[in-house]
Amino acid sequence: MDDTPVRLTEEERKRRRIRSIALALTLGALVLLFYAVTVVRLGPAVLDRPL
Amino acid sequence: MSEWAAAGDRTVDKAIDGEASWQRREAASLSDYMTLLKPRVMSLVIFTAFVGMAIAPVEIHPVLGFAALLCIAIGAGASGALNMVYDADIDRIMQRTKSRPIPAGRVEPSEARAFGVTLSGFSVLTLGLIANWLAAALLAFTIFFYVVIYTLWLKRWTPQNIVIGGAAGAFPPVVGWVAATGSISIEPILLFLIIFVWTPPHFWALALLSREDYARAGVPMLPVVAGDHATRKQILAYTILLAPLGVSPVLFDMAGWLYGSVSAVAGLAFIGLSWRVYRRGSDETAARDAKNLFGYSILYLFLLFSLILMERWLGIV
Repeated sequence: MDDTPVRLTEEERKRRRIRSIALALTLGALVLLFYAVTVVRLGPAVLDRPL
Repeated sequence: MSEWAAAGDRTVDKAIDGEASWQRREAASLSDYMTLLKPRVMSLVIFTAFVGMAIAPVEIHPVLGFAALLCIAIGAGASGALNMVYDADIDRIMQRTKSRPIPAGRVEPSEARAFGVTLSGFSVLTLGLIANWLAAALLAFTIFFYVVIYTLWLKRWTPQNIVIGGAAGAFPPVVGWVAATGSISIEPILLFLIIFVWTPPHFWALALLSREDYARAGVPMLPVVAGDHATRKQILAYTILLAPLGVSPVLFDMAGWLYGSVSAVAGLAFIGLSWRVYRRGSDETAARDAKNLFGYSILYLFLLFSLILMERWLGIV
C-alpha cells in the first residue's frame, strides 16, 4: 500500500474549499426548507402546545 | 441476437472496463457536480413539472409546491448523474460529451454513482413525505426508467432507444400533477403524450447532426442504423402525429382559443420545417435545416406549455 501523504496543490485546495462551502450552504438551506415544510404540513399550532 | 444487440453487450463490457481504468487528471470543481446533474435537461423538467402542478385542480401550498418541485428537479439531476456513470465509455469517444466530468478525469465513476444514488433516494423519500407516495413512486419509476431501461438497455440495443426512452422525459408533468392532487387523470396523460411524441423528432434532428459521433461510439441511433433518409421520414411522420396532438388539450377543456390557435400554427410550422428536412438531400444546407428543426422543437414545447399556464393565469380557461 502506498503510504505517501497526498499533497494538494493550491488550486485543488481552493476547489475543495468551494465544494465545502457549497455543501454547508446546501445543508443550511435544507434545514430551513424542512422547517418551513413541517410548519405548513402540521400547521402553526405545532408550536403552540403545553410543555 | 442482432448485430446491434451484440454490439450493445460489448459496449456494456467496455463501460465496466473503462471504469476500472479511470484515472484522475484534475480535481473536481463545484461546477463539475452541477454538470453531473444535467442542468439544461433539469430546467425543462422543472418547467414541465411546474405546469403539471399549476394546472391541477387542487391548489398546493406554495412552500410544499416549491419543495415538491425541488425534489422532482433533484430526482431528474440524480438520474442524469447515473446516466453519465454508465455512459462514460461512450461519452469519452463522442465530441459533444468528451469534456463531461467523468470522461475528462475530474470525477471518479464511483463518486458520481454515490452522488446519483444518494440524491435519488433523498428526492424520492422527501417527495413522499412532502406530497404523497404516488408522486414519489412515479418519480422513482422515472429515475429507474431513465437509468436502467434507457441508459443501460435501450440506448445500446435498438434504434428505437429514444422513442421508448422518451417516456422518462415525459413523466415530470405527471409527477407535478400527482404531487398536487394525489391521483392521475386525462390532463397529465395528455401532457405526457405531447412530450413523448415530441421527443423523436427533437432527438433525431440532433442525431442527424452527430451521426458520425454516434457511429464511432457504437450507439445504434436511427441515422446510424437506418440512414439519413429513413430518419428524415420518421421525423416527418412523428411531427404529423404531434401537430394535432399538440392542439388536443382544447378538446379536453384544458386550454382555450388562444392556445388552440397558436398551437395549430406552431404545429403547422413544425411540419413545415420537418418537410424541409425530409425533402433536402445530404447537401451542406441539410445540416442547417436539421439544426433549425432542433432549435424550433425546443421553442415549440416551451410555447405550448407556457400557453397552457398563461391561459390559466389570464382566466381564459
